[in-house]
Amino acid sequence: MAGVRFENITCRYGNHVVLKNFSLEVKESEIMGIVGPSGCGKTTLMRALCGFMKPETGNIYLDNRLVYSASKRVNIAPELRGIGVVFQDYAVWPHLSVWDNVCYPLKRHKVPKAEMEKRAAHALEQVHMTGYEKHLPSQLSGGQQQRVAIARALVSSDELIVLDEPITNLDAKLREEMLAEIQRIQKDIGTTIIYITHDQAAALRLCDNIAVMAPDGHICQIGVDEDIIRRPADRFVFTFVGVSNFIPVICRSGKVFTENGEYPVDTALSDMQEGGRYDLGVRPMDIVFDEKSELKVTIKSVTFLGDQYDYFVDFNGQELRIECNALDALSHRVYEEGEKIGVKFLNVRYYPREEGTAS
Amino acid sequence: MSQYTRKGVNKDMAALDGKHFGLDKVLTIICFVILFIIVFVPVAMIFYVTFISDGKLDTHLFTEVIADKGNIGAMWNTIKVALGATLIGTVMGVFFAWLVGRSDIPTKGFMKVMFDIPYMFPPFFGAMAWDLMLNRRSGYINKWIVATFGIKRSPLNINSVWGIIFVECCYYFPFVYKQVVNAFERMDPTLEESARIAGASQGYVIRKITLPLVKPAISAGALLILTSSLAHFGVPGMLGFSAKIYTLPTKIYQLFYRTTGSFEGIREGSALSILLILVVVAALILQKYLLRAGSYDIIKGKATRPMLIKLRGAKVPLLILAYIILFIIVVMPLAMIILVGFLKAYGLPITLANMTLDNYKQVLFNNTMVADSIKNSIFLSISAGIICMFLGVMVAYVIVKVKPKGAIVLELLSLLPYAIPGIVMAIGVILTWSGRFKVNLYNTIWIILVAYLARYLSFSMKSASASLQQVHPSLEEAARSCGASHFGSLKDITIPLIKPAMVAGFFLIFLPAMRELTTSVLLYGPNSRTLGVAIFSLRNDGYITTASALAAIAILLIVILNSIVNAILKDRKKG
Repeated sequence: MAGVRFENITCRYGNHVVLKNFSLEVKESEIMGIVGPSGCGKTTLMRALCGFMKPETGNIYLDNRLVYSASKRVNIAPELRGIGVVFQDYAVWPHLSVWDNVCYPLKRHKVPKAEMEKRAAHALEQVHMTGYEKHLPSQLSGGQQQRVAIARALVSSDELIVLDEPITNLDAKLREEMLAEIQRIQKDIGTTIIYITHDQAAALRLCDNIAVMAPDGHICQIGVDEDIIRRPADRFVFTFVGVSNFIPVICRSGKVFTENGEYPVDTALSDMQEGGRYDLGVRPMDIVFDEKSELKVTIKSVTFLGDQYDYFVDFNGQELRIECNALDALSHRVYEEGEKIGVKFLNVRYYPREEGTAS
Repeated sequence: MSQYTRKGVNKDMAALDGKHFGLDKVLTIICFVILFIIVFVPVAMIFYVTFISDGKLDTHLFTEVIADKGNIGAMWNTIKVALGATLIGTVMGVFFAWLVGRSDIPTKGFMKVMFDIPYMFPPFFGAMAWDLMLNRRSGYINKWIVATFGIKRSPLNINSVWGIIFVECCYYFPFVYKQVVNAFERMDPTLEESARIAGASQGYVIRKITLPLVKPAISAGALLILTSSLAHFGVPGMLGFSAKIYTLPTKIYQLFYRTTGSFEGIREGSALSILLILVVVAALILQKYLLRAGSYDIIKGKATRPMLIKLRGAKVPLLILAYIILFIIVVMPLAMIILVGFLKAYGLPITLANMTLDNYKQVLFNNTMVADSIKNSIFLSISAGIICMFLGVMVAYVIVKVKPKGAIVLELLSLLPYAIPGIVMAIGVILTWSGRFKVNLYNTIWIILVAYLARYLSFSMKSASASLQQVHPSLEEAARSCGASHFGSLKDITIPLIKPAMVAGFFLIFLPAMRELTTSVLLYGPNSRTLGVAIFSLRNDGYITTASALAAIAILLIVILNSIVNAILKDRKKG
């Protein structure tokens, strides 16, 4: 049950700076999700925390214990940091059986044999791998190896577990189960968990707090799941956490107009600049059909997905995506290709236009 | 924590940071020291002795040596032999590889086994066998030709440059054959099939698609032939002396023994060694230049089933040709050595009446020199194999995983022996370990061991480093995060994972060391003959039947050991 604090961490590989003055605090007994696109430095952060690489600057504290400091030249060896890790590539040892893989950390920590067997068996049960004790990793599927790696991390630390993309190779159903299991374990034991992933859906499902990292490695937003979804701090977070439509707009005399068609879309917010160009961001499910609206779209295609209808529509020469709850659609009516209907935008967000980012 | 004094901080670092101040650093330093002593110093000594005399730079000796007509002749012979063996050996190797790998010729399995035989057996045995058959005056086949055709002199003479090329080809063509067969078997058949579908003829596909695709394998094999042949001592040593045909390695040997190991002789040998190194380095550069544009990634790692080419009418003639060649290069020399081993005296007709078991009996039970040589060879191969296995893993670990500053120097040092012919390494080892640095191993078995370590370390290093590259760093990191120390993670994870490569590395050294001649021929003392040296000296002293008997026994020993190795390696693959 340990909190983690990163202070001004800078890491680089050769001339490529991966993390720059990175700071983050993870509270005791929380599940912190670190999400970001591939290559944003998530794994580097994990490696710095575990002691597999030395950041150029900064300090890392584990529960107020300084484990790394560039300026004070402190660098606690990885085995003394007491962190359980699930690696992206599982890192299940191919020459040891499932049982030996899971027992290894316990042996290293000199846990008495009877207790070791109990804990290893329990960990395997938690990841639904009971019965595979004698198997070698080569006899397991990728998902099963991943679960062995999780079991091994579970027994190696009660304090802090770092999971680096731990469930990417599981099928949807198992993934759900595994997330629930991780959550349950965390509730039971109170282990602090850092969950690193590029899969924002899993992070939203599992984590107490989420830090969204931009491709350049800085943190765009830290918050609970609702914050991230409802109040994305910037355009990057908005696009990263869900499917998004962007409509180029311009602010004129207190109103927001579409940039080329001059349709009035909305009244301007107080902090918008007169004459400023913005991108209006709106989620597919936040565009609703309203026949009275002046904003007209033309239906280009409709797909029925069981619980929802997906529309691709043309708005002002631009393609937008609209999701419509199947029940709503059926209680009203399903629109057909070529129809021209009015729409309303709900929960819109405005982001200052960046050059070259017009959607 | 500002109360740390500067000194205290450093001490603290050393204690805490297992990864960068502990084991890794120690390993790195050990590797540098060992490679420096066993590889760098001998090679450097050759240059030092050649160019420095009385503490001053002196190029006199070197210019004298390279101006010497005999030496220039030896250099040309070396190049002629190497080029000839490379060209003919490559053509032979590619032809058989194609026949076995891609045609529908029958009895492939048997042919594959036959091609493994010349690979196992030391070329100088072959030279000895061919000398028994085609020696200008006393060769059995030449005598038969003279008698049958009533001519005065047989046109065939093995004691010639062409004879040397022929014998080297017989034993070196498998280098190309093995590489190319392997490439053929891993080639993606759709590449050829799509060319056929596009309307290309069979011949066109072979020329324009198949051969270019296996070109890298061919050049790799050809380079092996070229460098091995340039550095080779056994065959020209067996066939050349009587006809006064010298190559650079045999010239070095001759110089060394003419001066009975005096310092002047060694100096001259060193100068000649430099000439040989220059020739080998030139060959390596040439190959690098030729191979510049030849890297394909179309050959897959997976075994596929390539389409086999139907030979139709050519099947029977090609089959007969293949068997004739196999008979000549495999069966005849083998049979000759075994049979002559049974003869009462060399030169007698090969009939049952002239046969005896005495030679074999003598070799096995009554000759202490021979018994000692077998013991020595076994001792040397096992100890060189084991020591190199561990050293190789250590060096590979430092190069692949630790990657210290100067890793490239370490890598170059460990691969340097590839470019240094065995006989040159022997001269370097003599210069280094004969008391100059307070250690005198000369005339003992230890000097041969040191030379073997220098020569063979690169074998096990390469094998271990290929395997270590497969061990993803996260496997070791996972162990660290599970509470293992750095040493613990090596012991529990890394070493067990590369064990098969270590075992393979051991045998890669054990087998060639068993039949080694080139290095030990300069280093042996009265009590430290190796198997190769024993055969070589018996035969040169005129005990031809005894030498043949010992060679036959050595072949048997090598075949048995090789089969054991193959069985072990196959088991590992299955497990």
